[in-house]
Amino acid sequence: MSSFDFTTSLGSAQFANPIFTASGCAGSGKELSQFFPLENLGAVVTKSIMLKPRSGRATPRMAETPSGMLNSIGLQGPGIDIFLENDIPWLVSQGATTVVSIAGESVEDYAILARRLRAVPGISALEVNISCPNVENRGQVFACDPVTARAAVESVRRNIGGELPIIAKLSPDVTDIAHIAAEVVSAGADGVALINTVLGMVIDTNTLRPKLAGKTGGLSGPAIRPVAVRAIYQVRSRLPHVSILGMGGVASGRDALELILAGANAVSVGTANFGNPLATMMVKSELEQLLQDKGFNSLREASGYAHRPEGNYDH
Amino acid sequence: MANHLAFALFKNGSLSVSSINRFARNIEAEITSNRKAGAYHHIALSVGEMAAFTRPGNFVAIKVGGENSNMVLRRAFAIYRSVDLGNGNGQIELVVAPHGQGSSWVAARAVGERLNIIGPLGTAFGIPTEPVRALLVGGGYGSAPLFGLSEVLKARGCRVDMVLGASTAMKIYAPLEGKRSVNALTITTDDGSAGIAGKVSDVVPDLIDSNAIDIVYSCGPMGMLEAITKISVEKGVLHQASVEESMACGIGVCMTCVLPVKGEDGVIRMLRSCIDGPVMNGEDVIWDSKRSIPEGTWGK
Repeated sequence: MSSFDFTTSLGSAQFANPIFTASGCAGSGKELSQFFPLENLGAVVTKSIMLKPRSGRATPRMAETPSGMLNSIGLQGPGIDIFLENDIPWLVSQGATTVVSIAGESVEDYAILARRLRAVPGISALEVNISCPNVENRGQVFACDPVTARAAVESVRRNIGGELPIIAKLSPDVTDIAHIAAEVVSAGADGVALINTVLGMVIDTNTLRPKLAGKTGGLSGPAIRPVAVRAIYQVRSRLPHVSILGMGGVASGRDALELILAGANAVSVGTANFGNPLATMMVKSELEQLLQDKGFNSLREASGYAHRPEGNYDH
Repeated sequence: MANHLAFALFKNGSLSVSSINRFARNIEAEITSNRKAGAYHHIALSVGEMAAFTRPGNFVAIKVGGENSNMVLRRAFAIYRSVDLGNGNGQIELVVAPHGQGSSWVAARAVGERLNIIGPLGTAFGIPTEPVRALLVGGGYGSAPLFGLSEVLKARGCRVDMVLGASTAMKIYAPLEGKRSVNALTITTDDGSAGIAGKVSDVVPDLIDSNAIDIVYSCGPMGMLEAITKISVEKGVLHQASVEESMACGIGVCMTCVLPVKGEDGVIRMLRSCIDGPVMNGEDVIWDSKRSIPEGTWGK
């Protein structure tokens, strides 16, 4: 039992275990730290940080849906200056392994953010959230067009220097996610984060209008897990050696195993934190047990195992 | 008087970073009582030491729907009263309005069943350090946290008057033991089926004057809180309001329950009602029925 290897890596970054928080689902880290030590996570993935402070969208920002929820927060946050001054030193002081998520409104924004972060100590990897409207391209989301997805990632790669692994977070709202993944990898991403929320809408049948102030919102929770499993499986098939940070409706060790079998190297827990502040710790211990019960000697051995040829009954 | 009071309130109600969710615990709490009270359910839970850390104004977040539920989010409930029984034993009481799927599930639980709860959460009402004259204003089941507050204020030697309003008599929550904790109770209903026909805001101005009120505490729908803020600003009395925004997590991670609040530096920020509230200084909140992001908000 004790020889089981739970470690993983994304690009050149090493992690003690594969369970991360999902961006935007763990606040600044302080909120969850009252429930468990953050150092027990594989990594904290921060909320997506932008150049300037952002108020976010008006309320209502949330609607519960069957086995999920719709959100439209609008990337509320303090901006990179305050983030570097407060959030990062605090996470480092907690011994938390930290992946910083960044989001921009233009290719230049991504470049500036990368330059601001390149020399900051205590960061293990960069998640590049490209599911944001590109102000230079009629508000079209970077992640939904291979050309702009590529441009945003290239911009980060050119400015980050060689050290820090880049994980591009992709949207499932595309025709061929494996194609977008191949584009961002060729643009310099070391890995991809799959999947961001799925665009949805709820209409309030009392007011007879969309329920969210932002009208549309991102669907998350167990309702989207099959979409995540499919996307991870497709990208793993196309790109056998790229790092994949999987996420989408993971609420148990069984769910995390599903994403790992599809090809994830690590798994982020998002919406489940809202219902259970200890969700990450529960997923982590359940997954570790489950992998051993299935006879795996390491997490790495299980990653992508669902892709093995027919007729292999080793496990 | 007013400035001195404000200082005492600030000390009680202020929030430092290290205090986020400081006393919050996730426990399985046994239901010791569940009885119908008008349109509501009064539910008592055995919560151990949680009761000792609970202050009037705090809330709990309850997991709903059972093991295989398709409801992924907790439901937040104001704490009606907490009773610390000593030796790590204690009880909290809730008033549940079975409006939706989640709250109906909670209201239908039987004595002996366990609820997965996180608490105590959020800010508490600031308690003046000296005996003052307080007016407590509640709308609907928003009266719930005011009775526990009243007990604390009375123990400090304060005079406590209360106004409760609702659309109709069935929706007034004012149990006998609660009534005993206040000096005078005024009731208003929209349909006139109990007390004075009208809204709480119709009677509050006269009560502030005639009882020489120093501070108003309020809890209820946002429209009511806005009206009470307007009155308390006009009258020059302090006002603490417990706000009601829909929450997904209750612990500060989801950023859905925000509302615009003016800080000491004069800057408006979108603050979380679960962490920076639910109790806030009424005049700091930018009440806006259109729920937009006000001009000048930080980061707009």
